[in-house]
Amino acid sequence: MDNKSLFIRGINGPVVTVSGDYSLSMLNMVYVGDERLFGEVVGVKSDHAIVQVYEDTSGLKPGEPVYDTGAPMSVKLGPGLMSNIYDGIARPLSAIEKQSGVFIARGLNISSLDPDRVFNVEIKVKNGDRLNGGDIYAETMESELILHKVLLSPQLSGTVQNVKPSGSYKVDDTIAELVSDTGTMTPLTLCQLWPIRMPRPYKTRLPMIRPLITGQRIIDTLFPVAKGGCAAVPGPFGAGKTITQHQLAKWSDADIIIYIGCGERGNEMTEVLEEFSKLLDPKSNKPMLDRTILIANTSNMPVAAREASIYTGITMAEYYRDMGYHVAILADSTSRWAEALREISGRLEEMPAEEGYPAYLPSRLAEFYERAGYMQGLNDTEGSVTIIGAISPQGGDFSEPVTQNTKRFIRTFWALDRSLAYARHFPAINWITSYTEYFSMLDSWYENSFGPDFSIYRSKIASLLQEESKLLEIVKLIGSDVLPDDQKLIVESARVIRLGFLQQNAYNDTDTYVPIEKQLKMMMVMIHLYEKSKEVIAKNIPVSRIKDTGLFDELIRIKYDIPNDNLSLLDDMKKKINEKLDELIKNNS
Amino acid sequence: MRVEYVGLSEINGPLIVLDGAKDVTFEEVCEITLDNGQKRTGRVILIDGERVVIQVFEGTRGLSLENAHTRFVGRPMEIPLSKEMLGRIFSGAGRPIDSLGKLYPDERRNINGSAINPVSRKYPRSCIFTGISAIDGMSTLIRGQKLPIFSGSGMSHNEVAAQMVRQAKVQDDDSEFAIVFAAMGVKNDTAEFFRRDFEESGALQRVVMFMNLASDPIIERILTPRCALTAAEYLAFKHNMHVLVIMTDMTSYCEALREFSSSKGEIPSRKGYPGYLYSDLASLYERAGMIEGTPGSVTQVPILTMPNDDITHPIPDLTGYITEGQIVLDRSLEQKGIYPPISVLPSLSRLMKDGIGKGYTREDHPALSNQLFASYANVQEARSLASVIGEEELTDIDKKYMAFGRDFENLFVKQPPEESRSIEQTLEIGWHLLSKLPKEALDRIDAGLLKKYYIEEEENAIRG
Repeated sequence: MDNKSLFIRGINGPVVTVSGDYSLSMLNMVYVGDERLFGEVVGVKSDHAIVQVYEDTSGLKPGEPVYDTGAPMSVKLGPGLMSNIYDGIARPLSAIEKQSGVFIARGLNISSLDPDRVFNVEIKVKNGDRLNGGDIYAETMESELILHKVLLSPQLSGTVQNVKPSGSYKVDDTIAELVSDTGTMTPLTLCQLWPIRMPRPYKTRLPMIRPLITGQRIIDTLFPVAKGGCAAVPGPFGAGKTITQHQLAKWSDADIIIYIGCGERGNEMTEVLEEFSKLLDPKSNKPMLDRTILIANTSNMPVAAREASIYTGITMAEYYRDMGYHVAILADSTSRWAEALREISGRLEEMPAEEGYPAYLPSRLAEFYERAGYMQGLNDTEGSVTIIGAISPQGGDFSEPVTQNTKRFIRTFWALDRSLAYARHFPAINWITSYTEYFSMLDSWYENSFGPDFSIYRSKIASLLQEESKLLEIVKLIGSDVLPDDQKLIVESARVIRLGFLQQNAYNDTDTYVPIEKQLKMMMVMIHLYEKSKEVIAKNIPVSRIKDTGLFDELIRIKYDIPNDNLSLLDDMKKKINEKLDELIKNNS
Repeated sequence: MRVEYVGLSEINGPLIVLDGAKDVTFEEVCEITLDNGQKRTGRVILIDGERVVIQVFEGTRGLSLENAHTRFVGRPMEIPLSKEMLGRIFSGAGRPIDSLGKLYPDERRNINGSAINPVSRKYPRSCIFTGISAIDGMSTLIRGQKLPIFSGSGMSHNEVAAQMVRQAKVQDDDSEFAIVFAAMGVKNDTAEFFRRDFEESGALQRVVMFMNLASDPIIERILTPRCALTAAEYLAFKHNMHVLVIMTDMTSYCEALREFSSSKGEIPSRKGYPGYLYSDLASLYERAGMIEGTPGSVTQVPILTMPNDDITHPIPDLTGYITEGQIVLDRSLEQKGIYPPISVLPSLSRLMKDGIGKGYTREDHPALSNQLFASYANVQEARSLASVIGEEELTDIDKKYMAFGRDFENLFVKQPPEESRSIEQTLEIGWHLLSKLPKEALDRIDAGLLKKYYIEEEENAIRG
């Protein structure tokens, strides 16, 4: 290959055609032009190859050289990923800033891992030990929260020799050597390369039996997602997709969060970065950034890198999963990724399917969502990757191809609703059109943790809301005055649930995160009021009398008034309901 | 000495094709001289070997396969920049058209700009008060934000934008400000309206205008916002000014893009717009913001007229996904004689949450605006019910909502074009209106604030 060369033949936006003395391999990474821009081979024809370039192509000209790396597009995995912010092809943005200033320049070849950072490494193997792919041979604290376990690359196995003692090392230092069965020697460093489009192997998939606890009432109670599951958050603009994603990134009980800002706003990424370095994780009291990796391809960054950013993120997630961590990926938004596919497909002059999207859109979505799961790794640890993808449907219309195709591969659907958002009901998750298919799998977890109560009250809440939505149809036509008292009570109690339970204020310190114990007790109090009021009504006392006690409005405020660490106040509330309503009955008779 | 190519191989709409061109770079600018001495400018948009496709900014009228001489200038599309631009008028492609002569550039920049590194951005937090209650109170504009006005043909978006420019104020700041105005495919009257308004308010010396009027070539229209934003970035980040960019009308811009795309033979996506409309719009809107370590800022107020008042049309739809909120104007309010006809429910400012409240405006601002939104949403429900069963049949609370809705529109939203309300006045009106609703109905406000600001019934009656 030495004397053979490749050169640029044509340029059409991010798509460059390359000719030369030999044929490039599909999906290999190349450097394009004198500035060595990042590119990936996306098509090979008889006399030329098609390369998509991850950077702005203006200024390129035909005849400039193209360099073949001989390997697919890969990301370097190792300690130091945590707390960092990357672009779509895993270049650290803060290092880019150091080299090119405020505006992002082209052709910067920066490793995802800082080569000069020194880690305090504890070596976990000794000379003569046998290692298989996925085995842990060293450990280091990479942030205050995360213990990084250095794994043997899945394709390797053999016996270790020349093991260095525990101590301070950089990511590229050799800390041992691995001799394979055929006798080839590989130096072991703290890092490894992995092609982003290839799922990392695991031993077996395990059933998903644990929910991802998020502290968001409507999610944890009504529409939970399992650890290792997939959820989609579709919604028109302004419905709160991003805030929902931020809330989940902040409060969910995953060990590691990977936040992919895919074609979204620059200011939002800055906000996440600022906020996460200030906010403390409720479990550990350490900054949330210590367990977060950010990937930012803002909407004005090159479109091809947007397509890659999703894969970069999930590859990092799988790497941490293999260490035995529970990882949650928040992708905001997968529509931008699909649009990037469409844009590149158009430039490649492929035949479009629905709405100009390429025909392979569903298979690409499937490939991505299938990389989620609760796995037993090669080294027998258990870890999971949960994917929560936001969708930005055109015109808020859920029948468009990205939403429809995504629905086939996810099992929790949080439908954001424009009219709820207009009324500033947040999270604007519509409780009628949203669903989860995980509840049956998670039932036993809820049962073991809280006894049978949780499921019982959950279905009571759900059916009250269902009945309310039916009654509201009637109210819309003839007004609420004509409803009989028992139905008025349903409407009134559902209002308490809507405002006091489903609605949650992300900017209120008490309400932004609610432990699941409080969620259960809140449900119990609200249902208690409903059931107790039913008894009152049975004695022919009108609902208006119960309303006059102020109990309904008081319950709406318990989310603010009762602190998360003093749940006994909720039991007091229950007593108060009993007293007040008993008094009503007494006065009536 | 650069090579000059004589003749063309193909002309197709605004595009020309040249064969046998060597050493041409992607997006390079070229000069085309006709036999009669006319000069045109073009830009390379596709290279396939020695075949080059060029878009001609001024259009291809009068070009033939023989009469054109093409010379490549060796650099991408750049515009000259200098602080002297203030007070000047330029064409859509950045050439001075005000007969004040050439600009002596301090530097030249590529009009495409580069993406701001998210790490280098400063999160915007300081409000710009516009003196308009519906904006300041409900969808506060923040410096460094991109907040479009979604309007329809024939509505008073220009008046609203002009009022915002006239009254825009920032507390505790005396940095220089500048306005960059980009007219894209608007009628001469509209451009003239803004020019006069800037003149009357004495701001004309602080304005840079880029004019691509309805009759100007569409390729130039695609360059107009890029030239304007390059100028804005230059003033903001080199000269530390606070720049407000008004771009009107984004719909014309998108239509120019569609026309151009179809002449290139690209595969269309929704409503014939190109599949990259989102990326293209983002490359404009994302050029707003603030940068850590520099005092300047670029704030954008793009104006777009929604075709057929349809907010789900691709242009407002994609815009809304990129910008940090939107101000929506409503035709039925306009018809009721309410100015500014701002429809508060679909309007939104995403950056507002971090720029208002204690330490920024007033502690009650977040809760108050939240409650006004919620209560006004109830008004809509009450109204739809009233249209079925009549207002007399409504419950007491719904009747109160009906009254609240009328007051809200007439006292809070409506205000004269020359009135500038302080934020305190705006909040005061808000409490005054809310206090006509029973306390129990105000479920978005916590008890402490309610106690402090709620005006009890009698007192309210006296004041009202």
